[in-house]
Amino acid sequence: MTTTTIYGLLGALLVGVGLYGLIVHPRPLRKILSFNVLGSGVFLLFGVVARRGAAAGFGGDPIPQAFVITGMVVAFAATALAVALLLRLAEVGGATELDEPPPAEDRAA
Amino acid sequence: MALVLDAGMALCLLALALFALTARASYSAVAGFVAYGLLVALAWVRLAAADVALTEAAIGSGLTGALLLGAAARLRASESTTVAWPSAARRAAAALLSTLVALGLAAVVLWLPQPAPTLAHEAAAGLPSTGLGNPVTGVLMAFRGVDTFLEKVVLVLAMVGVWSLAADERWGGRPGLRHEADPNGVLAFFARLVIPLGLVIGLYVFWVGADHPGGAFAGGTVVASMWLLAMMTRLADTPPIERRALRLALVVGPALFLLVGLAGLAFGGGFLAYPEAYAKPIILAIEVAMTLTVAVTMALLLAGPPLRSADGQ
Repeated sequence: MTTTTIYGLLGALLVGVGLYGLIVHPRPLRKILSFNVLGSGVFLLFGVVARRGAAAGFGGDPIPQAFVITGMVVAFAATALAVALLLRLAEVGGATELDEPPPAEDRAA
Repeated sequence: MALVLDAGMALCLLALALFALTARASYSAVAGFVAYGLLVALAWVRLAAADVALTEAAIGSGLTGALLLGAAARLRASESTTVAWPSAARRAAAALLSTLVALGLAAVVLWLPQPAPTLAHEAAAGLPSTGLGNPVTGVLMAFRGVDTFLEKVVLVLAMVGVWSLAADERWGGRPGLRHEADPNGVLAFFARLVIPLGLVIGLYVFWVGADHPGGAFAGGTVVASMWLLAMMTRLADTPPIERRALRLALVVGPALFLLVGLAGLAFGGGFLAYPEAYAKPIILAIEVAMTLTVAVTMALLLAGPPLRSADGQ
């Protein structure tokens, strides 16, 4: 067991936890939050790959590290857009929760 | 000893992530997420990625946390106390899928190739031609400059998307609700004390990014958060989005990046190829423009679509 293995396994678990929350949680705000947890898990996996590639006097491979920085900014932009959509939806419709999808036979009709 | 620290931190992170997903009130969940983000930043330090740690603390935990806290506060009144969870079968299916994905990734982590592939040598070999000392800044600004350029475009597109959600009669107005703060209160005092220091720190983080951990993203975000603090304490109101200088600040980063890229195409080399003799000044100019754009865009993405007319009503 090394530091990279621990954080690698943590990243894998966080992706699982975030994915579950994203699918299951009925509140859109919590789905956005889960999406961010999922994202940070993916970023940590990148970090592990970068750390294992430490060479040339650097603490880690700078290429995946730079990708993660770019990814964080994009994740923030996506989150801001999602939150703006959600707040606008609440403003015009008053809905802040997703209803249970209708049973299959209703949808087919 | 270090492994015990790592394992403990991993357990804390997992517990905080689970709390953020299962807490009943959204507000508490977001508070948990902010703590989670700060711990993730520490995890990045353990992975020897100080640049990423700074960005995670500033953007992943700080700005995202503030954004979600604001949303949770505005949704709190309309949030019902009970939630209609999906049926047990549906949850079991989701749990199965998530477990499979997590197990697959865990297997990949355990069987990563030995020795680890790395581009660190190539980055180190190319770094002197950029005049930079920090390899991550070198990758962001030179080796993979096109990624950074496209990411700036994503920021502009997100801004357009957020503003498009304004009600018709509010178009061109000021973003966000009017903040009520006592001009002589503790918060306003705190803001007057912190904002000058924060601006200096933000610019410092940007400036040292050339040779040390830091850079335009983390620095710009610190500057953005100081502006947001001024807005929250009413030391400054949010600007009307119809203002031309504001829109110019939003596009100057990607526009300069694009110009330099096209110049590289015209003068040989290819898109975003810097002439070696001027690489450092060109990169610096792009970074200055980018720090401004990042600061303005981050703050305005957080402020949201215009909710008031330009005269503040």
